[in-house]
Amino acid sequence: MSDMYRDLILEHHRYPHNYGTLDPHDVSQEEHNPLCGDRIRLDLRIVDGKIAEVAFSGKGCAVSQAAASMLTDELIGMELDAARAYNKADILELIGLPLDKNPVRLKCALLSLKAMKVGLYRYLGQQLDAEELD
Amino acid sequence: MYTPPFDIAAVRRDFPILQLPIEQPVAFLDSASSSQKPEAVIAAQAAFYRTTNANVHRGVYQLSEQATYEFERARSRVALFINAHSAREVIFTRNTTESINLVAHSWGGTNLRPGDVILISQMEHHSNIVPWQLLAQRTGAVLRAIPINGSGRLDLDTIDTLLQGVKLVAVTHVSNVLGTINPISFLAQKAHSVGALILVDGAQSVPHMPTDVQAMDIDFLAFSGHKMLAPTGVGVLWGRKALLDAMPPFLGGGSMIKTVTIEASTYADVPARFEAGTPMIGEAIALGHAIDYLTGIGMANIAAYEEILGQYLLDQLAEVPGVTVYGPPIGPERAAMASFTVDCAHPHDVAQVLDSEGVAVRAGHHCTQPLHVALDVPSTARASCYLYNTTDDIDRLVVGLRKVTKLFA
Repeated sequence: MSDMYRDLILEHHRYPHNYGTLDPHDVSQEEHNPLCGDRIRLDLRIVDGKIAEVAFSGKGCAVSQAAASMLTDELIGMELDAARAYNKADILELIGLPLDKNPVRLKCALLSLKAMKVGLYRYLGQQLDAEELD
Repeated sequence: MYTPPFDIAAVRRDFPILQLPIEQPVAFLDSASSSQKPEAVIAAQAAFYRTTNANVHRGVYQLSEQATYEFERARSRVALFINAHSAREVIFTRNTTESINLVAHSWGGTNLRPGDVILISQMEHHSNIVPWQLLAQRTGAVLRAIPINGSGRLDLDTIDTLLQGVKLVAVTHVSNVLGTINPISFLAQKAHSVGALILVDGAQSVPHMPTDVQAMDIDFLAFSGHKMLAPTGVGVLWGRKALLDAMPPFLGGGSMIKTVTIEASTYADVPARFEAGTPMIGEAIALGHAIDYLTGIGMANIAAYEEILGQYLLDQLAEVPGVTVYGPPIGPERAAMASFTVDCAHPHDVAQVLDSEGVAVRAGHHCTQPLHVALDVPSTARASCYLYNTTDDIDRLVVGLRKVTKLFA
Protein backbone atom coordinates (compact mmCIF):
# COMPACT_ATOMS: atom_id res chain seq x y z
CA MET A 1 0.00 0.00 0.00
CA SER A 2 2.79 2.39 0.84
CA ASP A 3 4.14 1.68 -2.66
CA MET A 4 0.84 2.32 -4.37
CA TYR A 5 -0.35 5.27 -2.41
CA ARG A 6 2.80 7.26 -1.82
CA ASP A 7 2.20 10.67 -0.33
CA LEU A 8 2.84 12.24 -3.73
CA ILE A 9 0.00 10.29 -5.37
CA LEU A 10 -2.39 11.13 -2.56
CA GLU A 11 -1.29 14.78 -2.63
CA HIS A 12 -1.95 15.10 -6.37
CA HIS A 13 -5.25 13.25 -5.94
CA ARG A 14 -6.39 15.64 -3.21
CA TYR A 15 -5.02 18.81 -4.76
CA PRO A 16 -4.69 18.22 -8.51
CA HIS A 17 -2.54 20.63 -10.51
CA ASN A 18 -3.92 22.38 -13.60
CA TYR A 19 -7.44 21.15 -12.91
CA GLY A 20 -10.16 22.63 -15.11
CA THR A 21 -10.78 23.33 -18.78
CA LEU A 22 -9.29 25.75 -21.34
CA ASP A 23 -11.48 27.91 -23.54
CA PRO A 24 -10.42 28.49 -26.23
CA HIS A 25 -8.19 25.49 -26.76
CA ASP A 26 -6.35 23.87 -29.65
CA VAL A 27 -6.79 20.35 -28.34
CA SER A 28 -9.54 18.94 -26.17
CA GLN A 29 -9.68 15.20 -25.82
CA GLU A 30 -11.71 13.02 -23.50
CA GLU A 31 -10.84 9.39 -22.85
CA HIS A 32 -12.48 6.95 -20.57
CA ASN A 33 -11.75 3.54 -19.16
CA PRO A 34 -14.89 1.42 -19.44
CA LEU A 35 -13.53 -1.03 -16.87
CA CYS A 36 -13.81 1.38 -13.98
CA GLY A 37 -15.54 4.46 -15.32
CA ASP A 38 -12.45 6.68 -15.06
CA ARG A 39 -12.76 9.76 -17.23
CA ILE A 40 -10.08 12.28 -18.21
CA ARG A 41 -10.51 15.36 -20.38
CA LEU A 42 -7.26 17.03 -21.40
CA ASP A 43 -7.17 20.52 -22.97
CA LEU A 44 -4.07 22.00 -24.60
CA ARG A 45 -3.25 25.44 -25.96
CA ILE A 46 -0.43 25.30 -28.48
CA VAL A 47 1.80 28.27 -29.34
CA ASP A 48 4.75 28.12 -31.73
CA GLY A 49 5.06 24.35 -31.71
CA LYS A 50 4.98 24.17 -27.94
CA ILE A 51 2.35 23.30 -25.37
CA ALA A 52 1.67 26.67 -23.79
CA GLU A 53 -1.17 25.77 -21.44
CA VAL A 54 -2.69 22.55 -20.13
CA ALA A 55 -5.75 21.71 -18.11
CA PHE A 56 -7.38 18.43 -17.19
CA SER A 57 -10.69 17.50 -15.68
CA GLY A 58 -12.40 14.25 -14.94
CA LYS A 59 -13.34 11.71 -12.36
CA GLY A 60 -11.75 8.48 -11.34
CA CYS A 61 -9.37 6.65 -9.10
CA ALA A 62 -6.40 8.20 -7.32
CA VAL A 63 -3.95 6.70 -9.80
CA SER A 64 -5.66 8.07 -12.93
CA GLN A 65 -6.23 11.51 -11.43
CA ALA A 66 -2.78 11.86 -9.88
CA ALA A 67 -1.08 10.66 -13.07
CA ALA A 68 -3.05 13.25 -15.06
CA SER A 69 -2.11 15.98 -12.61
CA MET A 70 1.58 15.08 -12.77
CA LEU A 71 1.49 14.79 -16.57
CA THR A 72 0.06 18.29 -16.94
CA ASP A 73 3.01 19.70 -14.99
CA GLU A 74 5.37 17.91 -17.36
CA LEU A 75 3.61 19.06 -20.51
CA ILE A 76 3.71 22.80 -19.89
CA GLY A 77 6.32 24.27 -22.21
CA MET A 78 7.02 20.95 -23.94
CA GLU A 79 7.84 20.86 -27.68
CA LEU A 80 5.20 18.96 -29.68
CA ASP A 81 7.83 16.50 -30.90
CA ALA A 82 8.78 15.75 -27.31
CA ALA A 83 5.10 15.34 -26.40
CA ARG A 84 4.69 12.93 -29.30
CA ALA A 85 7.62 10.90 -28.04
CA TYR A 86 6.43 10.90 -24.41
CA ASN A 87 5.53 7.30 -23.59
CA LYS A 88 4.41 4.71 -21.09
CA ALA A 89 7.85 4.36 -19.52
CA ASP A 90 7.98 8.12 -18.96
CA ILE A 91 4.63 8.10 -17.15
CA LEU A 92 5.61 5.16 -14.95
CA GLU A 93 8.84 6.89 -14.01
CA LEU A 94 6.96 10.12 -13.39
CA ILE A 95 4.42 8.63 -11.01
CA GLY A 96 6.89 6.15 -9.56
CA LEU A 97 4.52 3.18 -9.37
CA PRO A 98 5.48 -0.42 -10.17
CA LEU A 99 2.52 -1.17 -12.39
CA ASP A 100 4.20 -3.48 -14.89
CA LYS A 101 2.49 -6.52 -13.43
CA ASN A 102 -0.79 -4.79 -12.81
CA PRO A 103 -2.50 -4.37 -16.19
CA VAL A 104 -5.74 -3.10 -14.70
CA ARG A 105 -4.14 -0.21 -12.84
CA LEU A 106 -1.74 0.43 -15.71
CA LYS A 107 -4.77 1.48 -17.76
CA CYS A 108 -5.63 4.02 -15.06
CA ALA A 109 -2.11 5.44 -15.06
CA LEU A 110 -2.02 5.74 -18.85
CA LEU A 111 -5.46 7.29 -19.40
CA SER A 112 -4.23 10.91 -19.47
CA LEU A 113 -1.32 9.95 -21.74
CA LYS A 114 -3.82 8.40 -24.12
CA ALA A 115 -5.93 11.57 -24.11
CA MET A 116 -2.81 13.63 -24.84
CA LYS A 117 -1.70 11.37 -27.68
CA VAL A 118 -5.10 11.05 -29.35
CA GLY A 119 -5.72 14.79 -29.07
CA LEU A 120 -2.27 15.76 -30.24
CA TYR A 121 -2.32 13.48 -33.28
CA ARG A 122 -5.72 14.82 -34.27
CA TYR A 123 -4.33 18.34 -33.94
CA LEU A 124 -1.30 17.43 -36.06
CA GLY A 125 -3.61 15.89 -38.66
CA GLN A 126 -5.65 19.07 -38.81
CA GLN A 127 -2.44 21.08 -39.22
CA LEU A 128 -1.52 18.91 -42.22
CA ASP A 129 -4.94 19.53 -43.75
CA ALA A 130 -4.50 23.26 -43.21
CA GLU A 131 -1.07 23.22 -44.88
CA GLU A 132 -2.53 21.43 -47.91
CA LEU A 133 -5.04 24.21 -48.38
CA ASP A 134 -2.42 26.95 -48.12
CA MET B 1 -23.64 -18.68 19.44
CA TYR B 2 -24.38 -19.66 15.85
CA THR B 3 -23.35 -23.16 14.80
CA PRO B 4 -22.86 -23.55 11.06
CA PRO B 5 -24.55 -26.59 9.49
CA PHE B 6 -21.16 -27.98 8.39
CA ASP B 7 -17.54 -27.90 9.54
CA ILE B 8 -16.19 -24.66 8.04
CA ALA B 9 -12.66 -25.25 9.31
CA ALA B 10 -12.59 -28.63 7.57
CA VAL B 11 -13.95 -27.10 4.38
CA ARG B 12 -11.26 -24.41 4.44
CA ARG B 13 -8.57 -27.07 4.78
CA ASP B 14 -9.86 -28.61 1.54
CA PHE B 15 -8.89 -25.49 -0.43
CA PRO B 16 -5.11 -25.27 -0.95
CA ILE B 17 -5.19 -21.61 -1.99
CA LEU B 18 -6.81 -20.55 1.28
CA GLN B 19 -3.70 -21.77 3.12
CA LEU B 20 -1.41 -19.44 1.14
CA PRO B 21 0.61 -17.47 1.90
CA ILE B 22 1.26 -18.84 5.36
CA GLU B 23 1.83 -15.46 7.06
CA GLN B 24 -1.39 -13.87 5.85
CA PRO B 25 -3.83 -16.20 4.09
CA VAL B 26 -6.06 -14.37 1.62
CA ALA B 27 -9.51 -13.27 2.70
CA PHE B 28 -11.04 -14.28 -0.61
CA LEU B 29 -14.23 -12.31 -1.15
CA ASP B 30 -14.52 -12.56 -4.92
CA SER B 31 -16.22 -15.90 -5.46
CA ALA B 32 -19.01 -14.26 -7.49
CA SER B 33 -16.32 -13.70 -10.09
CA SER B 34 -14.73 -17.14 -9.83
CA SER B 35 -14.59 -19.55 -6.92
CA GLN B 36 -11.59 -21.32 -5.46
CA LYS B 37 -11.14 -25.06 -6.05
CA PRO B 38 -10.96 -27.84 -3.47
CA GLU B 39 -8.20 -30.43 -3.56
CA ALA B 40 -10.73 -33.10 -4.59
CA VAL B 41 -11.51 -31.21 -7.81
CA ILE B 42 -7.88 -30.38 -8.59
CA ALA B 43 -6.92 -34.00 -7.98
CA ALA B 44 -9.79 -35.35 -10.09
CA GLN B 45 -8.72 -33.28 -13.09
CA ALA B 46 -5.07 -34.24 -12.64
CA ALA B 47 -6.04 -37.90 -12.22
CA PHE B 48 -7.92 -37.81 -15.50
CA TYR B 49 -4.83 -36.60 -17.34
CA ARG B 50 -2.60 -39.06 -15.47
CA THR B 51 -4.68 -42.19 -15.81
CA THR B 52 -7.63 -41.86 -18.20
CA ASN B 53 -6.77 -39.27 -20.83
CA ALA B 54 -8.17 -39.97 -24.29
CA ASN B 55 -10.76 -38.43 -26.55
CA VAL B 56 -14.42 -39.21 -25.92
CA HIS B 57 -17.04 -40.83 -28.15
CA ARG B 58 -14.39 -41.99 -30.61
CA GLY B 59 -11.99 -44.72 -29.61
CA VAL B 60 -12.88 -48.36 -29.19
CA TYR B 61 -9.89 -48.82 -26.91
CA GLN B 62 -10.11 -48.99 -23.18
CA LEU B 63 -8.81 -45.50 -22.32
CA SER B 64 -11.29 -43.79 -24.61
CA GLU B 65 -14.12 -45.89 -23.26
CA GLN B 66 -13.12 -44.99 -19.72
CA ALA B 67 -12.85 -41.28 -20.60
CA THR B 68 -16.27 -41.40 -22.27
CA TYR B 69 -17.76 -43.16 -19.26
CA GLU B 70 -16.45 -40.53 -16.85
CA PHE B 71 -17.45 -37.64 -19.11
CA GLU B 72 -20.99 -38.96 -19.39
CA ARG B 73 -21.11 -39.69 -15.67
CA ALA B 74 -20.32 -35.99 -15.10
CA ARG B 75 -23.27 -35.12 -17.32
CA SER B 76 -25.51 -37.34 -15.19
CA ARG B 77 -24.23 -35.66 -12.02
CA VAL B 78 -25.13 -32.25 -13.45
CA ALA B 79 -28.59 -33.50 -14.41
CA LEU B 80 -29.22 -34.83 -10.91
CA PHE B 81 -27.86 -31.63 -9.33
CA ILE B 82 -30.42 -29.41 -11.08
CA ASN B 83 -33.18 -32.05 -11.16
CA ALA B 84 -33.30 -32.32 -14.94
CA HIS B 85 -35.58 -34.96 -16.46
CA SER B 86 -32.64 -36.56 -18.17
CA ALA B 87 -28.91 -36.21 -18.71
CA ARG B 88 -29.71 -35.70 -22.40
CA GLU B 89 -30.97 -32.25 -21.49
CA VAL B 90 -27.49 -31.23 -20.27
CA ILE B 91 -25.16 -29.63 -22.82
CA PHE B 92 -21.57 -28.90 -21.89
CA THR B 93 -20.42 -25.45 -23.01
CA ARG B 94 -17.47 -23.27 -22.07
CA ASN B 95 -19.45 -21.09 -19.64
CA THR B 96 -22.71 -19.24 -19.00
CA THR B 97 -21.95 -16.79 -21.79
CA GLU B 98 -21.58 -19.55 -24.38
CA SER B 99 -24.74 -21.25 -23.11
CA ILE B 100 -26.77 -18.07 -23.62
CA ASN B 101 -25.21 -17.47 -27.04
CA LEU B 102 -26.15 -21.03 -28.00
CA VAL B 103 -29.82 -20.38 -27.25
CA ALA B 104 -29.72 -16.97 -28.93
CA HIS B 105 -28.26 -18.39 -32.14
CA SER B 106 -30.07 -21.69 -32.32
CA TRP B 107 -33.47 -21.11 -30.76
CA GLY B 108 -33.58 -17.36 -31.37
CA GLY B 109 -32.42 -17.52 -34.97
CA THR B 110 -35.15 -20.04 -35.78
CA ASN B 111 -38.07 -18.76 -33.75
CA LEU B 112 -37.96 -14.97 -33.71
CA ARG B 113 -39.61 -12.74 -36.28
CA PRO B 114 -39.34 -8.96 -36.74
CA GLY B 115 -41.18 -7.21 -33.92
CA ASP B 116 -41.03 -10.16 -31.52
CA VAL B 117 -39.88 -9.05 -28.07
CA ILE B 118 -37.08 -10.45 -25.90
CA LEU B 119 -37.60 -9.35 -22.30
CA ILE B 120 -34.50 -9.03 -20.12
CA SER B 121 -33.96 -6.86 -17.03
CA GLN B 122 -31.99 -3.81 -16.00
CA MET B 123 -29.84 -5.94 -13.66
CA GLU B 124 -28.51 -8.39 -16.24
CA HIS B 125 -24.85 -9.23 -16.72
CA HIS B 126 -23.59 -8.21 -20.16
CA SER B 127 -23.63 -11.92 -21.07
CA ASN B 128 -27.42 -11.83 -20.83
CA ILE B 129 -27.74 -8.57 -22.77
CA VAL B 130 -25.31 -8.54 -25.68
CA PRO B 131 -26.27 -11.94 -27.21
CA TRP B 132 -29.89 -10.73 -27.36
CA GLN B 133 -28.87 -7.41 -28.91
CA LEU B 134 -26.96 -9.29 -31.60
CA LEU B 135 -29.97 -11.57 -32.11
CA ALA B 136 -32.31 -8.57 -32.34
CA GLN B 137 -30.07 -7.02 -34.99
CA ARG B 138 -30.13 -10.24 -37.00
CA THR B 139 -33.84 -10.94 -36.75
CA GLY B 140 -35.54 -7.56 -36.31
CA ALA B 141 -36.69 -8.61 -32.85
CA VAL B 142 -36.94 -5.99 -30.11
CA LEU B 143 -35.14 -5.97 -26.76
CA ARG B 144 -37.02 -4.69 -23.70
CA ALA B 145 -35.92 -4.55 -20.06
CA ILE B 146 -37.76 -4.92 -16.75
CA PRO B 147 -36.69 -1.88 -14.67
CA ILE B 148 -35.49 -2.14 -11.08
CA ASN B 149 -37.01 -0.29 -8.14
CA GLY B 150 -35.34 1.76 -5.41
CA SER B 151 -34.61 -1.28 -3.27
CA GLY B 152 -32.76 -3.09 -6.03
CA ARG B 153 -35.49 -5.55 -6.94
CA LEU B 154 -37.24 -6.07 -10.27
CA ASP B 155 -40.12 -3.63 -10.62
CA LEU B 156 -42.88 -6.08 -11.49
CA ASP B 157 -45.81 -3.64 -11.18
CA THR B 158 -46.10 -3.38 -14.95
CA ILE B 159 -44.99 -6.92 -15.82
CA ASP B 160 -48.19 -7.68 -17.74
CA THR B 161 -47.64 -4.66 -20.00
CA LEU B 162 -43.96 -5.49 -20.40
CA LEU B 163 -44.86 -9.01 -21.48
CA GLN B 164 -46.84 -7.89 -24.53
CA GLY B 165 -45.36 -9.42 -27.67
CA VAL B 166 -42.70 -11.27 -25.68
CA LYS B 167 -41.40 -14.58 -27.07
CA LEU B 168 -38.56 -15.07 -24.59
CA VAL B 169 -37.87 -13.86 -21.06
CA ALA B 170 -34.15 -13.99 -20.21
CA VAL B 171 -33.39 -13.03 -16.61
CA THR B 172 -30.83 -13.70 -13.97
CA HIS B 173 -31.78 -15.73 -10.91
CA VAL B 174 -29.38 -13.77 -8.68
CA SER B 175 -27.94 -10.35 -9.54
CA ASN B 176 -24.14 -10.46 -9.58
CA VAL B 177 -24.03 -6.91 -8.18
CA LEU B 178 -27.09 -6.34 -6.01
CA GLY B 179 -27.35 -9.88 -4.69
CA THR B 180 -31.09 -9.73 -5.40
CA ILE B 181 -32.69 -13.16 -5.66
CA ASN B 182 -35.39 -12.88 -8.31
CA PRO B 183 -38.78 -14.67 -8.17
CA ILE B 184 -38.07 -17.10 -11.00
CA SER B 185 -41.13 -19.32 -10.54
CA PHE B 186 -43.38 -16.26 -10.73
CA LEU B 187 -41.60 -14.99 -13.85
CA ALA B 188 -41.80 -18.45 -15.45
CA GLN B 189 -45.52 -18.60 -14.85
CA LYS B 190 -45.94 -15.07 -16.24
CA ALA B 191 -43.83 -15.86 -19.31
CA HIS B 192 -45.72 -19.06 -20.03
CA SER B 193 -49.06 -17.27 -19.62
CA VAL B 194 -48.28 -15.25 -22.77
CA GLY B 195 -46.78 -18.23 -24.61
CA ALA B 196 -43.19 -17.11 -24.07
CA LEU B 197 -40.25 -19.22 -22.95
CA ILE B 198 -37.97 -18.34 -20.04
CA LEU B 199 -34.19 -18.64 -19.91
CA VAL B 200 -32.56 -18.25 -16.50
CA ASP B 201 -28.99 -17.07 -15.99
CA GLY B 202 -28.01 -19.29 -13.08
CA ALA B 203 -24.36 -18.23 -12.87
CA GLN B 204 -24.85 -16.74 -9.39
CA SER B 205 -27.56 -19.06 -8.12
CA VAL B 206 -26.62 -22.64 -9.04
CA PRO B 207 -23.36 -22.53 -7.01
CA HIS B 208 -25.11 -21.24 -3.89
CA MET B 209 -28.57 -22.79 -3.47
CA PRO B 210 -30.56 -25.89 -4.37
CA THR B 211 -31.64 -25.76 -8.03
CA ASP B 212 -34.68 -27.54 -9.39
CA VAL B 213 -35.45 -26.74 -13.01
CA GLN B 214 -38.70 -28.70 -12.86
CA ALA B 215 -39.98 -26.98 -9.72
CA MET B 216 -39.11 -23.54 -11.15
CA ASP B 217 -40.84 -24.62 -14.37
CA ILE B 218 -38.26 -22.91 -16.59
CA ASP B 219 -37.18 -23.69 -20.16
CA PHE B 220 -33.45 -22.99 -20.26
CA LEU B 221 -30.81 -22.64 -17.52
CA ALA B 222 -27.25 -21.42 -18.12
CA PHE B 223 -24.43 -21.64 -15.59
CA SER B 224 -20.64 -21.85 -15.26
CA GLY B 225 -18.50 -24.49 -13.60
CA HIS B 226 -15.78 -22.14 -12.44
CA LYS B 227 -18.09 -20.30 -10.04
CA MET B 228 -19.00 -23.60 -8.33
CA LEU B 229 -15.59 -25.06 -7.44
CA ALA B 230 -14.88 -26.51 -10.91
CA PRO B 231 -12.16 -25.45 -13.35
CA THR B 232 -12.63 -22.69 -15.91
CA GLY B 233 -13.63 -23.79 -19.40
CA VAL B 234 -16.73 -25.82 -18.57
CA GLY B 235 -20.27 -24.53 -18.32
CA VAL B 236 -23.73 -25.93 -18.80
CA LEU B 237 -26.80 -25.23 -20.83
CA TRP B 238 -29.83 -27.12 -19.64
CA GLY B 239 -32.94 -27.02 -21.80
CA ARG B 240 -36.23 -28.88 -22.03
CA LYS B 241 -35.66 -31.91 -24.22
CA ALA B 242 -38.50 -31.09 -26.63
CA LEU B 243 -37.09 -27.59 -27.19
CA LEU B 244 -33.53 -28.82 -27.68
CA ASP B 245 -34.72 -31.55 -30.08
CA ALA B 246 -36.30 -28.91 -32.31
CA MET B 247 -33.27 -26.59 -32.34
CA PRO B 248 -30.73 -26.47 -35.18
CA PRO B 249 -26.98 -26.76 -34.45
CA PHE B 250 -25.00 -23.82 -33.06
CA LEU B 251 -21.42 -24.70 -34.01
CA GLY B 252 -20.67 -27.19 -36.76
CA GLY B 253 -17.89 -29.78 -36.77
CA GLY B 254 -16.98 -33.19 -35.51
CA SER B 255 -19.14 -35.07 -32.98
CA MET B 256 -22.31 -33.16 -33.81
CA ILE B 257 -23.18 -35.02 -37.01
CA LYS B 258 -24.82 -38.28 -38.10
CA THR B 259 -23.73 -38.26 -41.74
CA VAL B 260 -21.65 -35.84 -43.79
CA THR B 261 -21.32 -35.57 -47.55
CA ILE B 262 -19.71 -32.70 -49.42
CA GLU B 263 -23.19 -31.39 -50.17
CA ALA B 264 -24.98 -31.70 -46.84
CA SER B 265 -25.01 -33.21 -43.36
CA THR B 266 -27.47 -34.63 -40.92
CA TYR B 267 -27.06 -33.85 -37.27
CA ALA B 268 -26.66 -35.89 -34.14
CA ASP B 269 -29.31 -36.04 -31.44
CA VAL B 270 -29.01 -33.77 -28.41
CA PRO B 271 -26.84 -33.22 -26.51
CA ALA B 272 -24.15 -34.19 -29.08
CA ARG B 273 -25.73 -31.89 -31.67
CA PHE B 274 -24.60 -28.93 -29.59
CA GLU B 275 -21.15 -30.20 -28.67
CA ALA B 276 -19.09 -29.75 -31.81
CA GLY B 277 -15.42 -30.70 -31.62
CA THR B 278 -13.48 -32.27 -28.79
CA PRO B 279 -15.09 -31.03 -25.57
CA MET B 280 -13.47 -29.95 -22.28
CA ILE B 281 -13.24 -33.53 -21.04
CA GLY B 282 -11.05 -33.16 -17.95
CA GLU B 283 -12.87 -30.00 -16.91
CA ALA B 284 -16.31 -31.59 -17.25
CA ILE B 285 -15.18 -34.58 -15.20
CA ALA B 286 -13.83 -32.19 -12.58
CA LEU B 287 -17.19 -30.38 -12.59
CA GLY B 288 -18.78 -33.70 -11.70
CA HIS B 289 -16.43 -33.95 -8.71
CA ALA B 290 -17.19 -30.34 -7.71
CA ILE B 291 -20.87 -31.28 -7.67
CA ASP B 292 -20.05 -34.31 -5.51
CA TYR B 293 -18.22 -31.99 -3.10
CA LEU B 294 -21.11 -29.52 -2.96
CA THR B 295 -23.77 -32.19 -2.52
CA GLY B 296 -21.61 -33.83 0.15
CA ILE B 297 -22.03 -30.66 2.19
CA GLY B 298 -25.57 -30.09 1.01
CA MET B 299 -26.81 -27.16 -1.05
CA ALA B 300 -29.46 -26.30 1.54
CA ASN B 301 -26.73 -26.18 4.20
CA ILE B 302 -24.59 -23.95 2.01
CA ALA B 303 -27.53 -21.62 1.36
CA ALA B 304 -28.36 -21.47 5.07
CA TYR B 305 -24.77 -20.67 6.02
CA GLU B 306 -24.43 -18.04 3.29
CA GLU B 307 -27.59 -16.33 4.48
CA ILE B 308 -25.96 -15.87 7.89
CA LEU B 309 -22.72 -14.65 6.27
CA GLY B 310 -24.63 -12.25 4.03
CA GLN B 311 -26.45 -10.71 6.95
CA TYR B 312 -23.20 -10.36 8.88
CA LEU B 313 -21.58 -8.72 5.84
CA LEU B 314 -24.36 -6.15 5.51
CA ASP B 315 -24.44 -5.52 9.27
CA GLN B 316 -20.70 -4.90 9.38
CA LEU B 317 -20.63 -2.66 6.28
CA ALA B 318 -23.39 -0.54 7.82
CA GLU B 319 -20.99 0.23 10.68
CA VAL B 320 -18.30 1.77 8.45
CA PRO B 321 -18.81 5.53 7.98
CA GLY B 322 -18.90 6.66 4.36
CA VAL B 323 -19.80 3.24 2.95
CA THR B 324 -22.91 3.00 0.77
CA VAL B 325 -24.23 -0.50 -0.02
CA TYR B 326 -26.42 -1.09 -3.08
CA GLY B 327 -29.17 -3.65 -3.43
CA PRO B 328 -31.99 -4.89 -1.22
CA PRO B 329 -31.80 -4.36 2.55
CA ILE B 330 -30.86 -7.14 4.91
CA GLY B 331 -33.38 -9.94 4.74
CA PRO B 332 -34.36 -12.99 2.75
CA GLU B 333 -34.13 -13.14 -1.03
CA ARG B 334 -30.67 -11.61 -0.92
CA ALA B 335 -27.44 -13.43 -1.73
CA ALA B 336 -24.26 -13.23 0.39
CA MET B 337 -22.61 -10.38 -1.47
CA ALA B 338 -22.49 -6.62 -1.23
CA SER B 339 -21.55 -4.02 -3.81
CA PHE B 340 -20.60 -0.73 -2.25
CA THR B 341 -18.89 2.59 -2.68
CA VAL B 342 -16.78 4.54 -0.20
CA ASP B 343 -17.38 8.31 -0.11
CA CYS B 344 -13.78 9.40 -0.26
CA ALA B 345 -12.23 6.80 -2.55
CA HIS B 346 -12.75 5.31 -6.00
CA PRO B 347 -13.61 1.58 -6.00
CA HIS B 348 -10.27 0.75 -7.67
CA ASP B 349 -8.42 2.48 -4.87
CA VAL B 350 -10.60 0.72 -2.32
CA ALA B 351 -9.80 -2.68 -3.85
CA GLN B 352 -6.10 -1.87 -4.10
CA VAL B 353 -5.80 -0.88 -0.44
CA LEU B 354 -7.82 -3.95 0.57
CA ASP B 355 -5.47 -6.10 -1.51
CA SER B 356 -2.52 -4.79 0.45
CA GLU B 357 -4.36 -6.07 3.54
CA GLY B 358 -4.79 -9.51 1.97
CA VAL B 359 -8.47 -8.96 1.22
CA ALA B 360 -9.55 -9.81 -2.34
CA VAL B 361 -12.63 -7.97 -3.64
CA ARG B 362 -13.62 -6.95 -7.14
CA ALA B 363 -13.90 -3.36 -8.32
CA GLY B 364 -15.47 -2.06 -11.51
CA HIS B 365 -18.84 -2.33 -13.19
CA HIS B 366 -18.89 -6.15 -12.88
CA CYS B 367 -20.09 -6.46 -16.50
CA THR B 368 -23.32 -4.63 -15.64
CA GLN B 369 -23.02 -1.16 -17.16
CA PRO B 370 -26.81 -0.64 -17.60
CA LEU B 371 -27.31 -1.49 -13.93
CA HIS B 372 -24.63 0.98 -12.86
CA VAL B 373 -26.36 3.66 -14.95
CA ALA B 374 -29.55 2.91 -13.01
CA LEU B 375 -27.64 3.06 -9.73
CA ASP B 376 -26.02 6.30 -10.94
CA VAL B 377 -22.47 5.26 -10.03
CA PRO B 378 -19.71 4.50 -12.56
CA SER B 379 -18.40 1.56 -10.60
CA THR B 380 -18.56 -0.24 -7.27
CA ALA B 381 -16.46 -2.54 -5.12
CA ARG B 382 -17.97 -5.95 -4.44
CA ALA B 383 -17.40 -8.45 -1.66
CA SER B 384 -18.96 -11.86 -2.29
CA CYS B 385 -19.00 -14.95 -0.08
CA TYR B 386 -19.01 -18.68 -0.59
CA LEU B 387 -19.09 -21.75 1.62
CA TYR B 388 -15.44 -21.38 2.66
CA ASN B 389 -15.72 -17.79 3.90
CA THR B 390 -16.02 -16.92 7.56
CA THR B 391 -17.00 -13.89 9.60
CA ASP B 392 -13.24 -13.45 10.09
CA ASP B 393 -12.88 -12.69 6.35
CA ILE B 394 -15.59 -10.04 6.70
CA ASP B 395 -13.93 -8.59 9.79
CA ARG B 396 -10.71 -8.23 7.80
CA LEU B 397 -12.68 -6.47 5.05
CA VAL B 398 -13.99 -3.98 7.59
CA VAL B 399 -10.53 -3.36 9.05
CA GLY B 400 -9.29 -2.72 5.50
CA LEU B 401 -12.14 -0.34 4.78
CA ARG B 402 -11.33 1.66 7.88
CA LYS B 403 -7.78 1.99 6.53
CA VAL B 404 -9.21 3.21 3.22
CA THR B 405 -11.24 5.93 4.87
CA LYS B 406 -8.24 6.95 6.98
CA LEU B 407 -5.94 7.12 3.94
CA PHE B 408 -8.24 9.00 1.60
CA ALA B 409 -10.33 11.14 3.96
